[in-house]
Amino acid sequence: MSEATLYDKVWDRHKVTTLPNGQDQLFVGLHLIHEVTSPQAFGMLQERDLDVARPDLTLATVDHIVPTADQSRPYNDDAAEEMMSELEENVRDAGIEFLSPETGEQGIVHVIGPEQGLTQPGKTIVCGDSHTSTHGAFGALAFGIGTSQIRDVLATQTIAMEKQKVRKIQVDGQLGEGVEAKDIILEIIRRLGTEGGVGYVYEYAGEAIEDLGMEGRMSICNMSIEGGARAGYVNPDATTYEWLEQTDYFQDQSETFGELKPYWDSIRSDEDAEYDDVVHIDADELEPVVTWGTTPGQGVGITDPIPAPEELSPEKQDTARRAQEHMRVEPGDTMEGYDIDVAFLGSCTNARLPDLRRAAKIVEGRQVPDDVRAFVVPGSQRVQKTAEAAGLRDIFEDAGFDWRNAGCSMCLGMNEDQLEGDEACASSSNRNFIGRQGSKDGRTVLMNPQMVAAAAVNGEVTDVRKLEEVVSV
Amino acid sequence: MSRENEVEIPEVKKASGSGIPIRGNDIDTDQIIPARFMKVVTFDGLGEFSFFDLRFDEDDNEKEHPMNEDRFQDANVMITNANFGCGSSREHAPQALMRWGIDAFIGESFAEIFAGNCLALGMPTVTADQETVEELQDFADANPDAEIDIDVAGQTVTYDGKTVDVTVDEGQRKALVDGIWDTTALMKSNQQSISEAAESLPYV
Ligand code: SF4
Repeated sequence: MSEATLYDKVWDRHKVTTLPNGQDQLFVGLHLIHEVTSPQAFGMLQERDLDVARPDLTLATVDHIVPTADQSRPYNDDAAEEMMSELEENVRDAGIEFLSPETGEQGIVHVIGPEQGLTQPGKTIVCGDSHTSTHGAFGALAFGIGTSQIRDVLATQTIAMEKQKVRKIQVDGQLGEGVEAKDIILEIIRRLGTEGGVGYVYEYAGEAIEDLGMEGRMSICNMSIEGGARAGYVNPDATTYEWLEQTDYFQDQSETFGELKPYWDSIRSDEDAEYDDVVHIDADELEPVVTWGTTPGQGVGITDPIPAPEELSPEKQDTARRAQEHMRVEPGDTMEGYDIDVAFLGSCTNARLPDLRRAAKIVEGRQVPDDVRAFVVPGSQRVQKTAEAAGLRDIFEDAGFDWRNAGCSMCLGMNEDQLEGDEACASSSNRNFIGRQGSKDGRTVLMNPQMVAAAAVNGEVTDVRKLEEVVSV
Repeated sequence: MSRENEVEIPEVKKASGSGIPIRGNDIDTDQIIPARFMKVVTFDGLGEFSFFDLRFDEDDNEKEHPMNEDRFQDANVMITNANFGCGSSREHAPQALMRWGIDAFIGESFAEIFAGNCLALGMPTVTADQETVEELQDFADANPDAEIDIDVAGQTVTYDGKTVDVTVDEGQRKALVDGIWDTTALMKSNQQSISEAAESLPYV
């Protein structure tokens, strides 16, 4: 019998031909576009007098620059307004569906694809955004691409790529209290390094992965790219199908669900599939992981000491030294008690409903201190609405959080939500690079959403497992 | 712009010019072009914002950075260390550096998407070991006007009268040398096979 991985199978099903440059030309099943990386590609298309080949397989939304407070048009920020208008014009001319804020379906591109039921197993999905790897949670092959490649996809609905190796990351055991999917991926990146995945696609497997809901799987696949892997995926299973079945897309066409299911089953990695590498992680041993530095690989268990640069491999020492200086942390200390000024619950890594629910549980009955700015930016308008209906908004607002509209927000600080000066931020996002959250002196500490909630109410990085139960009065 | 011309994709067999050393591992695309400069609908004019936060302080005063130094203003070859261009997939990063004047990169290693984005612009990203790269950086530092010649086809770099071996990823080398790095033109010609591939998929 065959010994193929999901990656092999989906690749082969989508391969158009091998190009003279040695790359394979792959058909793209779903092309997601947003306002930041697509306008230049549409411009290139116009220069060459080319049309969009498959507007029916393309979906647009707006996320990076949308203001999360006042969304009335024209936007206060002229540059943001210009980008929005350009996108509106491009999608109108090309006949591409656009989930704009007025539709009630807008959100971060990697949150809405799955919500709409368009992220499906065995699809090839691309987007001009590195966190496209998120969609791999459904057993799709999903890649972030650059603007010239967006042009390729718009013009041909295909992409030129080289096949990569597959590393299986086997996560056995069970996660303890307060430990989440985010901690699994932060641990993987800490161990394998931010470059460890270069040349690989990651297949996440094992009991701890199977136990996760789709949202947790998305958090993990989302950050594959921070570990250097262009894509990550989980084989589709009952959990995947359950999610898909309840989307509007498949509610409206339940026959299609039945028709596609055999295909989805067929693309799962074979039992005896061969991998180029296998890595084991024991979920039982994990504790909440937080970053102490300025790359997502610079993480540490919350009770573990921050490593001295000399303890790290030689090529990491210099970066570590500079990171520790920037973050103002000392080797040997733990991150517990690190003062924070801002708490950000948002981003395509951790702004889905279960993320907000878990965080709300922590903040309920507690108060954010006056000198901490805390805010929640739901990943999509759907998440926002559902969370509001479930009473989460009230919980957060009562605790002193700001409740915002959906978008990328302070994950990258392209709208008005930015760190100021050397503010330190407990963030549920995916990147702690210097300057990422809008201020080049800003300090970002990545952690899971419960940990962000705990940091928000304590004003410092806190081991969420040690918070005492709130006794309601 | 000939770069964008569909019929004529230039062959990139060589790249040369003076060098500029950008030292440090894990230099991410947020540093190369901070996100706030991406609020644009064309790439024109991005060059001046390359490495902006490392080059200027809050009050826009120049900080110490090779890209601020007069002697490197005409540099074409950027010499970098490990994992250059990691992070966000923004093509704005190589676009900005290209518009600043860079034609090619020599480094210890490059993030994959960054290298792919460079290739799409016809810019080689050649790699060498740490020692070779550091020597080249020191050389460019001491000789900012000296020519560094990259032979993409032959996988060598020549400077200071000597030739050292470098590595050019096989696919990249072929694409650049044969002038087939513009994949839109290449792929568009396979219309028939594209339709067949689409039809064979159960979900399309
Ligand atoms: S939330 Fe952050 S990582 Fe995700 S798409 Fe937006 S900017 Fe990128």
